[in-house]
Amino acid sequence: MSDILILLIKIVAALVWFLVLTLYLTWLERKESAIMQDRIGANRADFFGIRVIGLFQPFADAIKMMFKEDFTPTFSRRFIHNLAPFVAFFFTAVTVQAIPFGDVLRVGGKEIKLQVLDIDVGILFILAMLSFTVYGVLLSGWASNSRWTLLGGLRGTAQLVSYEVALGLSLIGLVMVFPSLRFSSIVNYQGELLFGWLPQWGILLQPLGFIVFLFASLAESERVPFDLPEGESEIVGFFTEYSGLKWGLYMFTSFMKVLLIACLLTTLFFGGYHVPWLNPDGFHFPWGGEWLLPHGIVVLFQIIMFNVKVIFFCWLQILIRWTYPRFRYDQLMDFGWKFLVPLSVINIVATAIVMTLLK
Amino acid sequence: MIKQFGYFLEIVKGSLITTRHFVVNMFFHILNLVGIKTKRKGAVTRQYPEAPIEVARRHRSLHRLMLREDGKPRCVVCMLCATVCPSECIFIEATEDPDPEIQKYPSNFIIDLNRCCFCGFCVEACPEDAIRMDTGEVELARYSRGDLVYDLEKLTG
Repeated sequence: MSDILILLIKIVAALVWFLVLTLYLTWLERKESAIMQDRIGANRADFFGIRVIGLFQPFADAIKMMFKEDFTPTFSRRFIHNLAPFVAFFFTAVTVQAIPFGDVLRVGGKEIKLQVLDIDVGILFILAMLSFTVYGVLLSGWASNSRWTLLGGLRGTAQLVSYEVALGLSLIGLVMVFPSLRFSSIVNYQGELLFGWLPQWGILLQPLGFIVFLFASLAESERVPFDLPEGESEIVGFFTEYSGLKWGLYMFTSFMKVLLIACLLTTLFFGGYHVPWLNPDGFHFPWGGEWLLPHGIVVLFQIIMFNVKVIFFCWLQILIRWTYPRFRYDQLMDFGWKFLVPLSVINIVATAIVMTLLK
Repeated sequence: MIKQFGYFLEIVKGSLITTRHFVVNMFFHILNLVGIKTKRKGAVTRQYPEAPIEVARRHRSLHRLMLREDGKPRCVVCMLCATVCPSECIFIEATEDPDPEIQKYPSNFIIDLNRCCFCGFCVEACPEDAIRMDTGEVELARYSRGDLVYDLEKLTG
């Protein structure tokens, strides 16, 4: 009974963490882009006269979207048109359940894993769910029965399918180095030390795989350098016929993908929740120092470290989104098929050779 | 593929520029948040309604009519301003003044700001320096057109 309760609490907590952070990602995007461009950004939304540097802005946006007309065009396929945003939202939202937030937490003789779904095929699960989000794009593009949405949906599908290849191939090198598809054991491998002092993070063992994964996942999130499905300057995109909260759901989904990609980059390439040289009983520095900590503080350190890394990668993705102009469609396909896929294959071969030589 | 490697360096340089902007601006924002006053600010934005920008002294803003020492308007109803006005937005009613030196004074002086284009010709034309555009008032949005028809009382007051 208490196990089920703990599981439910973990599911709700992970979802709340995911959704709240996504909500504030919209705020972060506005503020960061503003500061990059020597502006101030949204700071006017107030709550009974209190403005905390615009922190109420996401709620103002949500209320605005709620009161907009929820318009379904008469020529659309109504059921699928309504279903599509929820498909995209759902398959992105479930992915967070496989991400490890921290190590085991011991409370009152119970061992609670700070991860909801500790399944053997964690990486495959997330890749599969990410592939399902194509349905959101495709269904909305087709069911709206408009040329622009159909073009956007087709482009989105082609882009997602072709970048999925590079995304999957770039992770094979990683899986070879950390011989597991389970997120918790991948993170545990990254907690070990290289040469006795360097944290064995994925980026040190798989630099090429990291670059390919970064670009492919940026393309997965369908934001500006790779925003061909949306293409605000030409076809508006697969959600042209949506308004109000359903449009908001698409927007929210794209921010959720940013956060998810930040989580994946952290978990796979930057040691997940590991703080360098922090063992379960405290810090053991390679130069000989020791700083022993109680168990609760260690877990707290891990969760904070995980969040710091995730927020850093969100920051990085927003920086990329506000720095670069977008690709042309053929450049996008060239980049995916002629650059990323060969690079990831080279990465697999190089990893295999190095691993055989070092054995 | 080789070409794309060549672009890669420039792409990284571009992101470094935006990162520099972010870091420098964030540094000054945090200094200001902590309370340290710096000459340079983190953003070039002016917080307009709370901290309005002073308009330049020469800026042509809302008109005002100048008064003599005895409180009457300086205007002698020569109609030069109404004649020169390209938008034809000045309407003056003349009344005889008992003082023979002055002869006429305006019983009403209407400027229709709906039509006014703020060219300042009326100010240039006035021989008595009776009309000026130096109030510094630039927030002239109103909820109805009638509110933008300024009469003698509003222009002198």
